[in-house]
Amino acid sequence: METTGYGWGFPPSLSTQSPAIDQLINVVHWFAAVLFVGWGLFLLYSLIRFRAKPGQRASYESAKSRLPKYLEIGVVLFEIFLLIGLSFPIWSKYKSEFPREQDSLVIRVVAQQFAWNIHYPGRDGVFGGTDPRFISDADPIGLNPDDPAGKDDIVSVGWLHFPVHKPVIAHITSKDVIHSFSIPVLRVKQDAVPGMVVPIWWEATQTGQYEIMCAQLCGVGHTLMRGFVSIDTPEEYEVWMKEQESYLETQPGGQL
Amino acid sequence: MSEDHGEHLGFLRRTVFSVDHKVIGLQYGLTGLVFLFFGFCLMMLMRWQLAYPGEPLPWIGGLFSETTMPGGMMLPEFYNSLGAMHGTIMVFLGVVPLAVGGFGNYLVPLQIGAPDMAFPKLNAASYWCYFVGGVVMLTSFFVPGGAANSGWTSYPPLSDIATTGQTVWLFGMVALITSSLLGSVNFIVTIVQLRAKGLTFFRLPFFVWAQFVTSFLLLLAFPPLEAAGVLQLMDRLAGTSFFLPSGLVVSGMPLPVSGGGNPILWQHLFWFLAHPEVYVLILPAMGIVTEIIVTNTRKPLYGYKTIVGASLFLGFMSFLVWAHHMFMTGMGTAISNFFQVTTMIISIPSVIILTVLVLTLWGGSIRYTVPMHFALAFLPMFAIGGLTGLPLGLAASDIHLHDTYYVIGHFHYVVAPGTLLALFAGVYHWYPKVTGRFMNETLGKIHFWGSFLCLNGVFFPMFIQGIAGASRRLHTPTMYAHAQGLQGTNVFMSYSAWILGLVQLLFVINFFWSLKKGRQAPENPWQATTLEWATPTPPPHGNFLKEPEVNRGPYEYSVPGEKEDFIPQNV
Repeated sequence: METTGYGWGFPPSLSTQSPAIDQLINVVHWFAAVLFVGWGLFLLYSLIRFRAKPGQRASYESAKSRLPKYLEIGVVLFEIFLLIGLSFPIWSKYKSEFPREQDSLVIRVVAQQFAWNIHYPGRDGVFGGTDPRFISDADPIGLNPDDPAGKDDIVSVGWLHFPVHKPVIAHITSKDVIHSFSIPVLRVKQDAVPGMVVPIWWEATQTGQYEIMCAQLCGVGHTLMRGFVSIDTPEEYEVWMKEQESYLETQPGGQL
Repeated sequence: MSEDHGEHLGFLRRTVFSVDHKVIGLQYGLTGLVFLFFGFCLMMLMRWQLAYPGEPLPWIGGLFSETTMPGGMMLPEFYNSLGAMHGTIMVFLGVVPLAVGGFGNYLVPLQIGAPDMAFPKLNAASYWCYFVGGVVMLTSFFVPGGAANSGWTSYPPLSDIATTGQTVWLFGMVALITSSLLGSVNFIVTIVQLRAKGLTFFRLPFFVWAQFVTSFLLLLAFPPLEAAGVLQLMDRLAGTSFFLPSGLVVSGMPLPVSGGGNPILWQHLFWFLAHPEVYVLILPAMGIVTEIIVTNTRKPLYGYKTIVGASLFLGFMSFLVWAHHMFMTGMGTAISNFFQVTTMIISIPSVIILTVLVLTLWGGSIRYTVPMHFALAFLPMFAIGGLTGLPLGLAASDIHLHDTYYVIGHFHYVVAPGTLLALFAGVYHWYPKVTGRFMNETLGKIHFWGSFLCLNGVFFPMFIQGIAGASRRLHTPTMYAHAQGLQGTNVFMSYSAWILGLVQLLFVINFFWSLKKGRQAPENPWQATTLEWATPTPPPHGNFLKEPEVNRGPYEYSVPGEKEDFIPQNV
């Protein structure tokens, strides 16, 4: 687990989308700061200059300047820029422009109180069918034992391994309550809603080991619902996969 | 019209089961203040846990039962209950009843020159519904399993499978929403029907406009949540599954429900209420602040029609932004773009209202009374609250900030340093009218500076935590690596919160001490123009000695050629 790079300010920025998100947050804050400081100075100036003095009356007439109107128009124009210039494109890339499945690692994330189950399709690239009827302590996601596509599937609890510089498409769901799958260093966040499967994607730009958070209140063990990501080099990822496969062979019914 | 105004009524009918809007307003106000203080205490417990996770609570830890704090250490389920109940109590039992039920009830009939609300018995029913709802909420701490612990948003399926406290919470909510509905109908009819002769809509004080718009929000936004609350009750008690999809497996066991529901439906219904609710909290505060700023600046409001138009537009738009709370539920591009656009649009009337209030100061003769301190402080605090709404309203930046402390910082700036300061301003401003005595100015100023500084000390570091990615609702924040470097901020915020609590005691002392010992106030102590100051102090049952007639707009200050620098509306 890496703890370096954490402190005040953004957490490390390790995905292809995180620089754009950070930039948007920075731009909005600079805009807000300029507005607030300018407006605040005007407020302070007015409070000092127009304090009550003996014998002096307030003016009945209102301030006449057109400046506020221009400033309001400026605020509107800048907000349009924030929307169309920055937010829409980032969101659209994150939500609609998925990489091709054959170029990506496709996984399923099945949340439960209070753990993250990561379902890999295995060598055949096909996920085995699942059904809640088959869920047991040994099989937290309920793989159908009769489905041949599921024989080589790998289920990892709490650890998400994936290679660096390769897009990952994750289908997020939950089997009990609403959780939220969040990897702060990748700027990835998606609610895991039971009854729904929502795909998201990301591509990491650096290796390392970091945390998965549950961002949505999910019950007594919410704080403990911590998982880990390991962003591996392709070689490390291959080694880990092999380990999982050899473990699978030792399991009853496991075959490759 | 109003009920019998005779003084022959018995003590209980005059003070407890009264139908007089002023008594009901005071009942709302005092009950709201008590609940606010209680909700604040829950927060102080949480803040100890956040500052010193894993350490027993000194002194008071031993007062709690072993099921919530074994050995003085806070259990996660109790922490979750504190969170859910703090949110619910502050919003539904504290700020709304104080802003609408308290200030609205007391002041609206006075400001429109009416002898009472249009339906006085309905008004009393509304208060008692609120009171019962509040008591039911509090009793939930004593049911097995503890109070509701699924967050103040009560998202199913978690809330559908939660302990009995959630059922009690739902019963309480249904009573509270019913109370708001009864109240809002009454306000709308009163403002439309009972205005004094000559008081046209564009001569109404802005406070009345704010309450008018607020009443429409209460009337139109609360029924969906009331329906949702009943549906969730049925899910819990009657085996329906409006919010439960098929195939749920909880703790390894299949959940015995028919299925076919959708948990996101609850979120739509909840936020359809809860976003307008934000404006239910802010608009009355803006109304109070406007009255106080104009009175103490001694000049007319800059752009009266602009601010009225902006508040109407704000009310309308507040129904079109709810799904910006739900960007992370899996929302697609087109619909998220729609809600991002509406969210940016709703920022514009807020900017206009702030501009109007600041420009009103230009050319004024500003008196720095205690209420004016609080009212002026509302402006920058609300501005921070509003500006930090921008990155949350943009779906792309919300990816990082959603469900972090940034969100808590944002909405607390709107309702705590923002709205609460405005409500305190209102208490200090109208106290002389209600009681016939001023509150102590020195204590008031200490209360102001203490509150102002400590509120910022509690809430500003939340933005820093949120940017760093610190998640909200964690019983032990130090569990995550990226939050460990921020633990110092948690300690700082907690000390700020405890000092803030101490400072509020000054307010309580001042409030009661001034009832007997405060400097005596004349009828119109601030030389204000609106009709509530044209009544005797304190106003008698029936309000006005003779029916007032209105001849001019609400804010005629410093009119050239006049001897006095104010002309009351009824002169």
